[in-house]
Amino acid sequence: MPNEVASAKPGTNFDVVGALKDAGLAALIAFGLFSLILGLRTEQDQISQQLALIPRPLLLAGAVAVVFAGRFLVALLVRRGGMIDPGALLPHRLTAKLDRLGRFLAPALLAFAIATPFLFYSNRYLLDLGILVLTYVMLGWGLNVVVGLAGLLDLGYVAFYAVGAYSYALIAQHFGLSFWICLPLAGIFAAFWGVLLGFPVLRLRGDYLAIVTLAFGEIIRLVIINWSSLTGGPNGIASIPRPSFFGIPFTDDEHGFAAFFGLEFSSTHRVVFLFYVILALALLTNYATLRLRRLPIGRAWEALREDEIACRSLGINTTHTKLTAFAIGAMIGGIAGSFFATRQGFISPESFVFMESALVLAIVVLGGMGSQLGVAIAALVMIGGFELFRGFEQFRMLVFGVVMVAIMVWRPRGLIANRTPSVFLEQRKVIPAALVEKARR
Amino acid sequence: MSAPLLSIRGVKTFYGNIMALAGVDLDVCEGEIVTLIGANGAGKSTLMMTICGTPQAREGTILFEGRDITRLPTHEIIRSHIAQAPEGRRIFPRMTVYENLQLGAAVTGFAHFDQDLKRVFTLFPTLAERREQRGGTLSGGEQQMLSIGRALMSRPRLLLLDEPSLGLAPLLVQQIFEAIRNLNEREGLAIFLVEQNAHHALKLAHRGYVLVNGLITLEGAGRELLERPEVREAYLDGGRRRTEQAR
Repeated sequence: MPNEVASAKPGTNFDVVGALKDAGLAALIAFGLFSLILGLRTEQDQISQQLALIPRPLLLAGAVAVVFAGRFLVALLVRRGGMIDPGALLPHRLTAKLDRLGRFLAPALLAFAIATPFLFYSNRYLLDLGILVLTYVMLGWGLNVVVGLAGLLDLGYVAFYAVGAYSYALIAQHFGLSFWICLPLAGIFAAFWGVLLGFPVLRLRGDYLAIVTLAFGEIIRLVIINWSSLTGGPNGIASIPRPSFFGIPFTDDEHGFAAFFGLEFSSTHRVVFLFYVILALALLTNYATLRLRRLPIGRAWEALREDEIACRSLGINTTHTKLTAFAIGAMIGGIAGSFFATRQGFISPESFVFMESALVLAIVVLGGMGSQLGVAIAALVMIGGFELFRGFEQFRMLVFGVVMVAIMVWRPRGLIANRTPSVFLEQRKVIPAALVEKARR
Repeated sequence: MSAPLLSIRGVKTFYGNIMALAGVDLDVCEGEIVTLIGANGAGKSTLMMTICGTPQAREGTILFEGRDITRLPTHEIIRSHIAQAPEGRRIFPRMTVYENLQLGAAVTGFAHFDQDLKRVFTLFPTLAERREQRGGTLSGGEQQMLSIGRALMSRPRLLLLDEPSLGLAPLLVQQIFEAIRNLNEREGLAIFLVEQNAHHALKLAHRGYVLVNGLITLEGAGRELLERPEVREAYLDGGRRRTEQAR
């Protein structure tokens, strides 16, 4: 290829002809693609009800011209044998800086989270969004135990979320127990289901495990849909009791929260309270995970991820290790689920589709497997970004997909890819990103 | 001879319908280095894994300190103070040397962890220098040392070593074998060594066994086996002659 000669010495010898050729080809492809998508528009005639074709040559020409110019510039400046080297676009220094930034990021994010209800007190939408993000942070941290630490790819995590949500809704409705009693109960139920899932999949690994967990997620959803007498089927469960402030309800009367503290009644009080509840739950999850990592069981999880045979030869009971990972991950999912139920006040099977599992898994993978901070940032970016692009409507999923591909190209090990050793003797050393697990398939 | 530490009687192991071990008898006594040599696919590693219970023997018995461990799950076998440095080392590449060693102590608890750590670091001083380094960044020889060190952390009474010389430079092989001899001579640790490097292994071992197609065909003192014409033919000179012919 003549281009390669030019690319050997960029800046000194521009291969204009090659770049023009390349851009011409790209423009041709763009023309082929856009001629039907942009070049023609169908419109229904109001009177005759017939479809009319309206050609839009200018728009088409514009799109092709943009592609031509863009490809020409790329080909001229950064091309290397047809492939753009990702490293050239994201310099090494920036990557290193991102890693260093991580150390200050965690406290800053935490402070921001605590201050959010005060900063945006009047903005109900942002508070709700914050609660949603924190729910996903918690789910991400829960799945991180299973996927990031124990290395068991779970595609049906939403099942435990559903079990938690339905446990809370049913227990609260039928037995009238309060949120704070139902919360651990929901966690225990979800953990039980986690163990139940764990048993049949003990021998499975990797792809096979993923398929079975995927099926498990669907089974739970289908059972919920079809067991109408218990779960209300597709109609879901409505009027789930709202949480109270440790026994004081958020109502507009003399026994309510506002009256008790001598405040003027506002519906935001409950939202703020919910925000702090999920923040506390998420932080508790984080704290528990970090502590667990230092215990022998946490170390066994990580060892299991690295090499199962070696684990066994060291006398680690891999059965127990896998089951506890499933149980703890499921318990966290279940607690998040019961929070979800109390916040929404209404749950239906539609909230627990496979897309949710995929989203949580994407958060864990994009954040960097096993990294607590990475998962939090990924949840913020994914859920927040999702909302941010709401204005683009139909292009939202497209942008979302492009961002995910971009992250995987430039940071194939996730946003925060360092692995900090669980134990250290004199000083903490960070394990460089290049040695942490990379996205492969 | 007192009752052997490890006694294997008539063990048959299958992979599906294929018989990998066709009735093996083997003993390891206290304070002894016993080596098992054999060609590729003879069943050496299978015997090693059968002792650890993955796969379990279909027939026969394995006694350790007089206790039947044939049907115990793997983690129970390891808990009865048999430690293994598995074939291919199998250290945890993304964990530090220190963490790897900690995992080795998983079965004994951490009461005498520091003491055991010192013991491993005395045996392999390189590991002490590299204790905050990740396992995957170590050289092959260091990884092998780590694998043995990790096995030692569980305070075994019998150490199983599966091809510790695999893929190592001759100088490192000597170092590893020297360490094995030290362990045996200074601490009286019983060692069962599976090796393809027959020459080194037989020189080191008190007794040796030759495994062919899942059956023990020869046994005797290590030096004695070295002199046996059939052993020389199959595992020592034969190999040399073949390479010479190839040239």
